[in-house]
Amino acid sequence: MKANSLKRYHGLSAVMMLVFSLAIHGDQGVSAQQPLLDALNNLKQGSMPEREKAITQLSGIKHARSLGILQALLDGRLFTLKSDARLVTGTDNHQGYDISDAVSGASLGAVEREAVNKVNLTNKLRVSLRKIIGQLELSADDPAIRLAAVKAMGNEDDENALALLKARAGIEKDETVKQAIKVVFLMRDMNSSDKTVRMEAIDALKEHNSLDVVNRLNAMVEKDESGNYLETDADIRNVAKAALIKINTRLQFYSTIETVFFGLSLGAVLVLAAIGLAITFGVMGVINMAHGELMMLGAYTTYVIQQLMPNYLGVSVLLAIPAAFVISALVGVAIERGIIRFLYGRPLETLLATFGVSLILQQSVRSIFSPLNRSVATPEWMSGSWQINDFLSLTWNRFYILVFCLLVFVLLLQILKHTRLGLEVRAVAQNRNMAKAMGIPTAKVDAMTFGLGSGIAGVAGVALSQITNVGPNLGQAYIVDSFMVVVFGGVGNLLGTLVAGFSLGIANKFLEPFAGAVLAKILVLVFIILFIQKRPRGLFPQKGRAADS
Amino acid sequence: MNLKALGQDKTCTTVLIVLAAVTFVIPFCNLVYPADSPLHFSAYTVSVLGKYLTFALLGLSLDLVWGYCGILALGHGAFFALGGYAMGMYLMRQIGTRGVYGDPLLPDFMVFLNWKELPWYWLGFDHFWFALLMVLLAPGALAFVFGWLAFRSRVTGVYLSIITQALTYALLLAFFRNEMGFGGNNGLTDFKEIAGFNIQSEAVRAVLLMLSGITLISVFLLCRWLVNTKLGRVVTAIRAQESRVRFLGYRVEMFKLWIFVFAAMLAGVAGALYVPQVGIINPSEFSPLNSLEIVVWVAMGGRGTLYGAIIGAVLVNYSKTVLTGLMPEIWLFALGAVFIVVTLLLPDGIVGLLKRRLQEQRA
Repeated sequence: MKANSLKRYHGLSAVMMLVFSLAIHGDQGVSAQQPLLDALNNLKQGSMPEREKAITQLSGIKHARSLGILQALLDGRLFTLKSDARLVTGTDNHQGYDISDAVSGASLGAVEREAVNKVNLTNKLRVSLRKIIGQLELSADDPAIRLAAVKAMGNEDDENALALLKARAGIEKDETVKQAIKVVFLMRDMNSSDKTVRMEAIDALKEHNSLDVVNRLNAMVEKDESGNYLETDADIRNVAKAALIKINTRLQFYSTIETVFFGLSLGAVLVLAAIGLAITFGVMGVINMAHGELMMLGAYTTYVIQQLMPNYLGVSVLLAIPAAFVISALVGVAIERGIIRFLYGRPLETLLATFGVSLILQQSVRSIFSPLNRSVATPEWMSGSWQINDFLSLTWNRFYILVFCLLVFVLLLQILKHTRLGLEVRAVAQNRNMAKAMGIPTAKVDAMTFGLGSGIAGVAGVALSQITNVGPNLGQAYIVDSFMVVVFGGVGNLLGTLVAGFSLGIANKFLEPFAGAVLAKILVLVFIILFIQKRPRGLFPQKGRAADS
Repeated sequence: MNLKALGQDKTCTTVLIVLAAVTFVIPFCNLVYPADSPLHFSAYTVSVLGKYLTFALLGLSLDLVWGYCGILALGHGAFFALGGYAMGMYLMRQIGTRGVYGDPLLPDFMVFLNWKELPWYWLGFDHFWFALLMVLLAPGALAFVFGWLAFRSRVTGVYLSIITQALTYALLLAFFRNEMGFGGNNGLTDFKEIAGFNIQSEAVRAVLLMLSGITLISVFLLCRWLVNTKLGRVVTAIRAQESRVRFLGYRVEMFKLWIFVFAAMLAGVAGALYVPQVGIINPSEFSPLNSLEIVVWVAMGGRGTLYGAIIGAVLVNYSKTVLTGLMPEIWLFALGAVFIVVTLLLPDGIVGLLKRRLQEQRA
């Protein structure tokens, strides 16, 4: 599992690793090629004893293809070609089979059903085949396959499988797989006739995070229809109850972690959406109602880039980040130069004019891309989830968005702190006239600030495209929320925006189980409305002279 | 009331005359002349005009808040919708056994949700007078609570605009929920009769148009009187210099609160007149975009003139009807452009433009 997660983590290097591992397997292939061919020859012979021999042979060969061939045989997908008696694996395509060579794995195209003979099995062979496959999977290189095999074998009550597991337990190096094997044996001990063994097993199991264990223990403390306990021994019941309490505490702990994580990821989305606003609204005092639409432009940029290079999903998303920044920033600068600069000092008019811009942007996108939602594909290294244990799994796309949000935030702070532009932006925000007197070109700084805020909105759009559908209304859904975040955090304070975004996200997710998603949102909105009454300048109000303006 | 001053403002007089004509002549022509007569106005014209008049009333109420008191409320549509819902609830109760499920007490959507009894907040809505009271009280109470909280802690300017928008957004989400007992996203519809008359009949439509017109005219005159009283003067002063008015010893938050509540009630009345004429009320009336559209009517017509709001509401809505009929895609472009053009080039709206023209002519 760890190796698996590592592979995902280094998304880009995954391709390189694949090439590398192919090279290794290729090497093995040469050495094991001859025995494989011999075994396959036996498999074709027809008589069942011959086949049994071939299967045993195959199981002993450490060849990259042997597991695949055996699995195909078990599934009834292994055929001989009538034309040249070659062994092939096939998949049904409703008219015939798509076949590929059993030895090389090379695709051989589609054939009709009549062109092949299925390699048949008896029931007895099937049983032993299943065992052999389990054995092979148990010694597979990938810990994820090993873990799946352990779980599958644990569920069937079979002495041979248990013997295999016991043997594996001695040499297993991966901690997760090791624990899983332990759980299998402890679960078996729970059925033992010896009471002390049972109690010890239950006691030991309470330290493990396994849903199977939870279900099993729950079954022990429940009553049947006639009101009798399913487990007759009261001592065992009590031990089971104690174990359940212990496990449930942990379950609760993990579910709290999960809620916090979901809250943080929702907060990350809010922060991403609000951080650009925090600049334009906080630093410049300009309300930009088109901010949500700038995010929407970023999301559509991702979509377009993905359409342009459909074969490079991972790269397209990475490429979309700078592209979305540039496009949204350019549109932002255009809005500032074309409209907002005529309205400085009139915040309500600015609000209305930028709202007009947002309507136009929305309708343009609707006219160009159709009003329907577009879905942006998620690259492989961002899909799926990070299964930490049975009780806790975190989805990758949300995890990456959280990381991305923090990156953007740090980058923005650095820009504001350590670059010339940042210095000028802060100077203009603090005292426009003084900055002007010191020779700072305020008009240019305004345009650049607005461009920066808009560009970040575009980048936020890229992140949003990975978790929701991309549609013309994308921006509207976030505009009220992101204003709330900025206002809650305190205008003109980026750190406040971060704290506010995360706390609102977490509050939302903690309220959801009790109140439902919609009501949770309403409660949060009402809370903010009340909060502004008490502290009109937000969580972290500006101090000193800047607060007066 | 200073009728003389009224007579001096020509645009205002024209607006009033046109309003009176629409109110009385069109329903008359619709009912008296047969369909093939050139003087006949179709039922469609009647219902569309009736709708415009309620919008004009809504715009008028926002002008009171924004144009005179300087509060840019981006959630004014919420009060309109609340008034509409109060009327809708009355109309729902009037359906009685004629609903799809034929339940004498429960509206169809409650039967559908398997509810056994009427929620307490639906009680009393079978009486017309109670519904009319609620049309005023529901928006008024919300405005009172919200305004009291907001104005007392001196939330002003952009902040106030944003939280009013959040308010209507929260209500939008709330009314979408089936559990609220207001029909979920379908809202309230399928009305049968109002005060004992068939709501679909042409006569009722014509009467509703007339009622909307009369209400609009009387509210207009009332507001016009109001803004010229001392209260109106103080409110206008608050728009110009809030802190100075406070230092002069006026309780600014109280003035703001009363004007806000009064305007909310007017918006509620507009909603109540709107619902029987269009035959439906649903949560989309709460959407922030609707509230922003009201702002545009007022901005386009000209703030702080009252009749400007009426001109703006009718003009914008007429263009909306025409444009959405011709090319639906163009409407949002046009609306967006109106927002930008009005704020950049026409800060005083159409009325301001007309006034400037008149002055130029005189000069």
